[in-house]
Amino acid sequence: MIKTDALIIGAGPTGLFTAHQLKLIGLSCEIVDNLDKIGGQCIELYPDKPIYDIPAVPECTGEELTNNLIDQIKPFNIKFHLGERVDQVKKEADNWNVKTSNGTIFQTPNVIIAGGVGSFEPRKFPVKECEKFENQSLFYSIKDKKIFEGKTVSIFGGGDSALDWAVELSKNSKVNLIHRRDEFRGAQATVDKVHQLAKEGKINLLTKYQMTAIKGENRLESIDIKSDDKEFKTLKTDYVLGFFGLIMQLGPIANWGLNMDKKTIEVDTEKFETNQKGIYAVGDICSYPGKLKLILSGFHEGALAARACFKLARPNEKYRFEFTTSSKTIKERLGVKSD
Amino acid sequence: MAKITYITDDNKDHTIEVQNGLTVMEGAVQNDIPGIDADCGGGMACATCHVYVKDEWFNKIPKKEDGEEDMLDMAFEPKKNSRLSCQIVVSDELDGLTVNIPSKQG
Ligand SMILES: Cc1cc2nc3c(=O)[nH]c(=O)nc-3n(C[C@H](O)[C@H](O)[C@H](O)COP(=O)(O)OP(=O)(O)OC[C@H]3O[C@@H](n4cnc5c(N)ncnc54)[C@H](O)[C@@H]3O)c2cc1C
Ligand code: FES
Repeated sequence: MIKTDALIIGAGPTGLFTAHQLKLIGLSCEIVDNLDKIGGQCIELYPDKPIYDIPAVPECTGEELTNNLIDQIKPFNIKFHLGERVDQVKKEADNWNVKTSNGTIFQTPNVIIAGGVGSFEPRKFPVKECEKFENQSLFYSIKDKKIFEGKTVSIFGGGDSALDWAVELSKNSKVNLIHRRDEFRGAQATVDKVHQLAKEGKINLLTKYQMTAIKGENRLESIDIKSDDKEFKTLKTDYVLGFFGLIMQLGPIANWGLNMDKKTIEVDTEKFETNQKGIYAVGDICSYPGKLKLILSGFHEGALAARACFKLARPNEKYRFEFTTSSKTIKERLGVKSD
Repeated sequence: MAKITYITDDNKDHTIEVQNGLTVMEGAVQNDIPGIDADCGGGMACATCHVYVKDEWFNKIPKKEDGEEDMLDMAFEPKKNSRLSCQIVVSDELDGLTVNIPSKQG
C-alpha cells in the first residue's frame, strides 16, 4: 500500500500542474492515468495542433504544452502510474482508500480528480455479440503478436494502428483489412504499402464494408460484413482486431458517491472540494457556475485545491503563503540556488 | 433562426428553434436533447456528436470539411448520411432540418 499526502487521478494538463502546486507547498503526491502516456486530451486528441490561449505562451502545440508541464515538475520526481484506471475510492477512517485496475492501493487523506471527460478507452464494435469474444479472439490492442502466426486475422479500421498491424501481420498470417470507405487516414507511405501488399495478394483489402455479425460457438468462426451497396460477405476468421481510436468514458467515477451534473462533478469554488470531504475535482471534470473548459481554468482550480489539501495532510501545521521568487524553502524544493 | 428536429433513437421528435451561428450540436446540448455527448465540446476530436442527416437535407447543408470524414471513421455505426453535428452551423437556410440521433455515441 502506498501512502501519500494527495493522489491525483488524471495526467492531463490540470493533473500535472496540480502536482506542481502540491509539491511546491511541501506535500507528496502520485498520479494515476489510464492512458499509457502523459498529457490527457492534449497528447491523445491534438498533439500537433497549436494552442493560442495559454497565458504568456503565444503559441504551442498540445505536445509542447505537455512536455513543458513535465519539465516544470522534473525537480520533484513525481511517481506516475500509467496504464492503470482508478476503479474504487472508499472511506477508511480519516483516509481514502484508492484502488486501481492493476491492484495498486493508495492510502491518502486527499484525492484530486483531474479526470477530464473520463478515462480514455478503446472504441468498440457496435455488434453486441462481440463482447463474448473480447480478449480471447477479439482485441482492441495487441499484447502478443505471436498468437496470430499462421492464423486468419480480420483487421478493422482506417488509421495508422490498423494499417501498421495489417502490414506487420501479413508477414506471418492471412490478413483481411476491412474499412468503411476507400480513403485511409494513416500515413501515406503505409497506405501505399497496404495497396502494394493487396496487389500482391498478401492482404485481402475490403473497403466500404462494416461488420454486421460475429459467429462461433466456443471459438470464433466467422464474421459477416456488409457493403454500402448492401452486399453481404461471410469471412472465416480466427481473430478480429478493431482499431477505432479512443473514447472518453466517465466509467467508475460515477460510483464514488459524488454529486454529479451530467458528466461533471459539482464543486465549491473556494477549495474545489466535492460533497465528500477530502475529494476534490479540477479541470474539465468539475462544474460550478461560470465554469470554462479551458486549460488555464484547470491551472487555477488545481492551485486552490492543492492549498486545501494542506489542511488534511498537515492538520497541526498552518499553511503560509509564499512567492516562488522569494521563498527559500520553495527554492530548496525546486533544487535551485537562493540568492 | 432555424427550426431543427432531432429524432432520438426511441423515435421521439424534439423540435426546437436554434439561433443562427450555433451548431446543431450546441442546439441539442443546450436544450437537453438526449443522445449527443459532444465530449470534446465541438473540437472535431471525439465523434460523440454523430447524427444521421435525412437524405433530402444531406446535400443541402454545407459540405464536410477536412478531417470530418476521418473522425466519422471512429463514430458508432457510421452510414453514408453521417455527419458530426458540431460541424453543422445553423443559418436561416437550415430551417426544417431533421437529424436522427444514433442509439449510442460509442
Ligand atoms: C481538439 C481540441 C482542442 C482544444 N483546444 C484548446 C485550446 O486552444 N485552449 C484550451 O485552453 N483548451 C483547449 N482544449 C480543451 C483542453 O484540452 C482541456 O480543457 C484540457 O485537456 C482539460 O485538461 P484536464 O487535465 O482537466 O483533462 P484531460 O486532458 O481530459 O485529462 C484527463 C485524464 O484523466 C484520465 N482519467 C480519467 N478518469 C480516470 C480514471 N478513473 N483512472 C485513471 N485515469 C483517468 C484520462 O485518461 C485523461 O488522460 C481543446 C480540446 C480539444 C479536444
Ligand atoms: S463534439 Fe466532439 S467531434 Fe463534435
